[in-house]
Amino acid sequence: MNCIVCVASVPDTATVIKIGADGTSIDETSIKWIISPYDEYALEEALQLTEAKGGEVTVVTFGPAHAEATLRECLARGAHQAVHIVNGATSLGDSFTIAKVLAAAIKDRPHDLILCGFKGVGTDNGQVGQMLAELLDRPHVANVTQLEVGEGSLTAGREVEGGQEVVESPLPALVTCQKGLNEPRYAALKGIMAAKRKPVEKVEVASLGVEEGADPFYAVRAVALPPAKEAGTIIQGEDDPAGAAAQLVKLLREGAKAI
Amino acid sequence: MAGILVFVERRDSEIRAASLQAVSEARRLAAGPGWPVAAVLAGDGVAGAASSLGGYGAQKVYLADDSNLKTYSAEGYAAAVVKAVEQAQPSAIFFAGTAMGRDLAPRVAARIRVGALADVVELTLEGETLVARRPVYSGKALATVDTAGKSPQVISLRPNVFAADEAGGSAEVVNLDGLSPTIRAVVKELKDTGGGELDVAEADIIVSGGRGIKGPENFALIRELADAVGGAVGASRAVVDAGWIEHKHQVGQTGKVVSPSLYIAAGISGAIQHLAGMSSSKVIVAINKDPDAPIFKVADYGVVGDLFDVIPPMVEEIKKLS
Ligand SMILES: Cc1cc2nc3c(=O)[nH]c(=O)nc-3n(C[C@H](O)[C@H](O)[C@H](O)COP(=O)(O)OP(=O)(O)OC[C@H]3O[C@@H](n4cnc5c(N)ncnc54)[C@H](O)[C@@H]3O)c2cc1C
Ligand SMILES: Nc1ncnc2c1ncn2[C@@H]1O[C@H](COP(=O)(O)O)[C@@H](O)[C@H]1O
Repeated sequence: MNCIVCVASVPDTATVIKIGADGTSIDETSIKWIISPYDEYALEEALQLTEAKGGEVTVVTFGPAHAEATLRECLARGAHQAVHIVNGATSLGDSFTIAKVLAAAIKDRPHDLILCGFKGVGTDNGQVGQMLAELLDRPHVANVTQLEVGEGSLTAGREVEGGQEVVESPLPALVTCQKGLNEPRYAALKGIMAAKRKPVEKVEVASLGVEEGADPFYAVRAVALPPAKEAGTIIQGEDDPAGAAAQLVKLLREGAKAI
Repeated sequence: MAGILVFVERRDSEIRAASLQAVSEARRLAAGPGWPVAAVLAGDGVAGAASSLGGYGAQKVYLADDSNLKTYSAEGYAAAVVKAVEQAQPSAIFFAGTAMGRDLAPRVAARIRVGALADVVELTLEGETLVARRPVYSGKALATVDTAGKSPQVISLRPNVFAADEAGGSAEVVNLDGLSPTIRAVVKELKDTGGGELDVAEADIIVSGGRGIKGPENFALIRELADAVGGAVGASRAVVDAGWIEHKHQVGQTGKVVSPSLYIAAGISGAIQHLAGMSSSKVIVAINKDPDAPIFKVADYGVVGDLFDVIPPMVEEIKKLS
């Protein structure tokens, strides 16, 4: 059971976003980079599968130099191999280019299952997994909260509005992982020490037949902070909660026409 | 050829609201250059649902009525959409940003070797180029993006942001035959985990409870208010992690991203990850006893007070309205 896990390195979710000088990116100085939270579920699932069934977990990332830290974290948690496709520029996620690069890097590596996050936190696209599956001609199940892998096939539960779809698919396949699938582990000290000795394979984008930035599928014209919201109408309700409640309902009914 | 093709989704025999919103937006955008608007509908025995689409602005409905398409599969439905794309040759393909649309759009895009814009909240047309706004970094920033000159432009529209309005009109139905899609990942079962409850992702009004409600039993109070306003029950992650309510109710960065017309947050502090899921709501109401709670910064209306004292009289007042 060989698993490939695609991990993206993203700004910590608590980061205060500042806009970069060019107006088309964010200011990356002093950002703490983390493994995208949904990719942690993907990694954990792959680790549990290979622990139960044997085989190896290979983590792959396409990103700038700092992304190596994310791979080291994955190795520390137990991944067997790490592949860093080195990308000079950071971007807000040209999903199709990323998928093309990942597809080229993955296609000749043995795999029964490819695992991605349900979305990359930051780009908030939720696209790379499905695109990668299509480019590799693999079936996929997205937004998975339950997974059972058998001989040559999988059964996955995927969240949809008001319900769950139970999907069966032959292997090799790709899944994108949602919260609820498992509880990601922390790296133990032993793992962190061992990870320092594990190699990270470096791959140049050009060697995958993709020329960086030459043929984009996504153009970011501008990035801005959301317009500041006007201060709301705040009612002090400590002394007369019933009066405040009545006033609020009146405002919602007559002012906002929301109820 | 030009124009906009909209993938429409149905539930049972009804076209879903988010799809009607996407068709309506396509019609509004296409009116400028006089582009045609078409829809593509997939399923088994769904011809009946096609008729309503004309009223929202679709001039043609490509109908993939096929026993292989009875349940949703990305591979099967992608085959249907791609077939419609071959016939309509559109400049853009729209999807409602539902679970299905967000799954299908990138698969279709990759099949026709283009990129895609996800979760778009605003669209304008510049010549033939659709310029889109979409929240990034969990709504902490807004990006203005396009598909870098690639066509067709594949776009998913965030539900409940664009208005659905009827314009009158009727659509010609075009049957898509000979699909014979290869479907490997197959839906075996659709489990109703909603228990008949409205899903937060679809609700027009949401009342959410956080740690301030003190215990799982007090979701009864949140539910009472939700019932009074005809809304769904939402929650912060803190109470989901505490096991007070299921994850499907969670709103936020690791929960659902919602844009209802009214969002009421009770006993929720307004952590950045919670705001990520609800800050695009049209009207936000906060009930919190801490006047400095960050939720008040995004609230249109708020009450500083104890939710246990404020919500019961609110429910009474609302009941008086009807
Ligand atoms: C990677 C990551 C992802 C996350 N994703 C999410 C997510 O998707 N959704 C999410 O919600 N959070 C998410 N969080 C967690 C988030 O950071 C907060 O911890 C969480 O939102 C807090 O929940 P809360 O507001 O219910 O609790 P608290 O922050 O404890 O706030 C409780 C509030 O209730 C008020 N209160 C208490 N008693 C009363 C009373 N009697 N009457 C009125 N008000 C009262 C208090 O003043 C306080 O403001 C995430 C965190 C991380 C790190
Ligand atoms: N640069 C990248 N390198 C490796 N995996 C990625 C990269 N970008 C996205 N992914 C994977 O694709 C998923 C969805 O990302 P996105 O489409 O950007 O929301 C992520 O959770 C990752 O598993």
